Amino acid sequence: MFADYSTSELMSIFAMQGFAGLILFSVFVLMALGLAIIFGQMGVINMAHGEFMILGAYITYLTSNVFADYMPALFGSYFFVAMILAFIAAGALGMLVEWAMIRHLYHRPLDTLLATWGLSLILQQLYRTIFGAREVGVSLPDWLMGSIQLTDIVEVPINGIFVMTLAIGISVGIAALMYKSRWGIQVRSVVQNRPMAGAVGINTAKVDRLTFGLGCGIAGVAGSAFTMIGSTGPTSGQLYIVDTFLVVVFGGATSLLGTIASAFTISQAQSTMEFFLSGSMAKVLTLLFVVFILMLRPQGLFSLKMRK
Amino acid sequence: MATMKHASQSGLGGKLPGLMKTLAGAVAGATMALSAVVSAAPATSEVNTTGLAVTDDTVTVGILHSVTGTMAISETGSVQAEKLAIEQINAMGGVLGRKIEYIQEDGASDWPTFAEKSRKLLVNDKVASVFGCWTSASRKAVLPVFEQYNGMLYYPTFYEGLEQSPNVIYTGQEATQQILAGIDWVVKEKGAKTFYLLGSDYIWPRTSNKIARKHIDKLGLKVVGEEYYPLGHTQFNSVINKIKLKKPDVIFASVVGGSNVAFYKQLKAAGIDMTDEKPLVLTISVTEDEILGIGGENIEGAYASMKYFQSLPNDNNAAFVKAFKERWGDDIVIGDVTQAAYLGPWLWKAAVEKAGSFDVDKVRAASPGIELTTAPEGYVKIHPNHHLWSKTRIGNAKTDGQYEIVYETDELIEPDPFPEGYQ
Repeated sequence: MFADYSTSELMSIFAMQGFAGLILFSVFVLMALGLAIIFGQMGVINMAHGEFMILGAYITYLTSNVFADYMPALFGSYFFVAMILAFIAAGALGMLVEWAMIRHLYHRPLDTLLATWGLSLILQQLYRTIFGAREVGVSLPDWLMGSIQLTDIVEVPINGIFVMTLAIGISVGIAALMYKSRWGIQVRSVVQNRPMAGAVGINTAKVDRLTFGLGCGIAGVAGSAFTMIGSTGPTSGQLYIVDTFLVVVFGGATSLLGTIASAFTISQAQSTMEFFLSGSMAKVLTLLFVVFILMLRPQGLFSLKMRK
Repeated sequence: MATMKHASQSGLGGKLPGLMKTLAGAVAGATMALSAVVSAAPATSEVNTTGLAVTDDTVTVGILHSVTGTMAISETGSVQAEKLAIEQINAMGGVLGRKIEYIQEDGASDWPTFAEKSRKLLVNDKVASVFGCWTSASRKAVLPVFEQYNGMLYYPTFYEGLEQSPNVIYTGQEATQQILAGIDWVVKEKGAKTFYLLGSDYIWPRTSNKIARKHIDKLGLKVVGEEYYPLGHTQFNSVINKIKLKKPDVIFASVVGGSNVAFYKQLKAAGIDMTDEKPLVLTISVTEDEILGIGGENIEGAYASMKYFQSLPNDNNAAFVKAFKERWGDDIVIGDVTQAAYLGPWLWKAAVEKAGSFDVDKVRAASPGIELTTAPEGYVKIHPNHHLWSKTRIGNAKTDGQYEIVYETDELIEPDPFPEGYQ
């Protein structure tokens, strides 16, 4: 298929395809981090993860409208405000949900699956009632749309770079929080041995609530960022949920490093195959590849070693 | 009984039996003569011999769309259009002197639910006709029910064709009407030589692209790529790179749903300015409704090939748009399918009046040849194959989310649901 092209053209395309893979990687990381924290640290399967993301997207939509109406001069920077608000809104909703629902179900993992699925349906209908069944168009500041032209052919989308920066920033932030802060130590000790953590004076209920809130808040930020690349509608969250679970399960549920490694593997595999094969076939092969690895390593790529 | 009915209907295939037509004509004539003597509204026993939900002053119809679930995004407009048409018909005095009442059911974006609800409408509610369905999958799910209980469905969506049921009137375009005119225009006006076909992975885009490819081959031009992505796919950077490598003159796009938004946003972010028309984007799946979600600034410059745009300059359409906004709000937009859904009740009314009866068999017999001069899209006529004659237009997307019409076929295009070589 490459016979008709010159070497420089091919080099450019490969460079761009490399970027495409990295952007996909960043998107996967953003999608999966929130879920990985909740699933990995608390053992709760949050089926409503997509809806928390869409909450972030709707917050972005509202913020953009407010800025357009009242502060048109500052419109270029509304996106940062929107992301912060999205984090707060999704995080607050997450903590509320944890308090009202999740904490009563900690010892019944299958029930949390059903309960959060029900929650996702409720949230979808709520969005539909408030914002209407149609998708809303989020208008973005001009500087976010468009691309940087490096050579004649090589162009890098700015929103891709933005998503990449955000993914790196959040990952580093979470890693610092988990492995450097006092709160992170508490979370990890609750994961490893809940009764013992409680016995040494850690308020496990509070740790749980904050962890769940943090996971949901990150989902909100991801949703806010995804208004740049995807749709915002009541059911748009469903578009991301399968890929998100795929990344988390493949990575090994309890390891953040695993999530990142898994996002990298899957995104590179998928974007390379998409280039050489057709879109649907690439997806099929990606899924087959993941199934095959999971057959050999049911615990995922990385897993926490601990005494049972 | 059911099997007999079915057998007689399948004989209907391409052409209507002449006998049936004459019979219906005779009945209609007799009814009209009688009604002139008795009163303005003909007696219920005459216009309803099959036990439909018709009283002396009302007739009940069904509306069957998804108002919850994924498809609610698309189907909401159709529900609004059908209700508006029914209200307008009632304001004019109804059908055969009877006000139309409707029972609305929710298909909930779930195909078995559509089948279940259509059975309820036909068997329990005995509705005289049903306006509904949107996706091909939902239509295929209700088809056996409509054929078994001899109901009448007015289906609004442009679709892949390859179907013709005696129990369905297709008010949207079938694939050849929409596609061939679009490709001819882009070849003639823009000198396109190479095409990249891109769609979501299900029956409509695949059939549409098959028709497009065949036509492109016939013109002696070249398809340089053909690709499908799963429904709901949100990452198009790889395919955009492929498109940049192949440098086609035209991207022929039939991406649907949430993927649509992702595709156009990423196309723009990748530095492809559609107003430059290098490559030119020709879509058959983005109506004004979809642009709401995509954002006008992200699709500016793309061309769409369909039969109706909100900006269509004619008096019928001006009145329709005005009435629609008065009824459903100023910020609403009207897409191709919404307009086609609006035609449903009007076409049914015309057929009922021509037949002088609500009986489904008589309405069916009266349908071919029904004309509508008041249609927002202009003039439409029902073909004996139950599809509509219609013009195809090309619109150019603007930042305000509307299309500017740049071309319109001179003649009405004959619907051809079974193009040669696709059976």
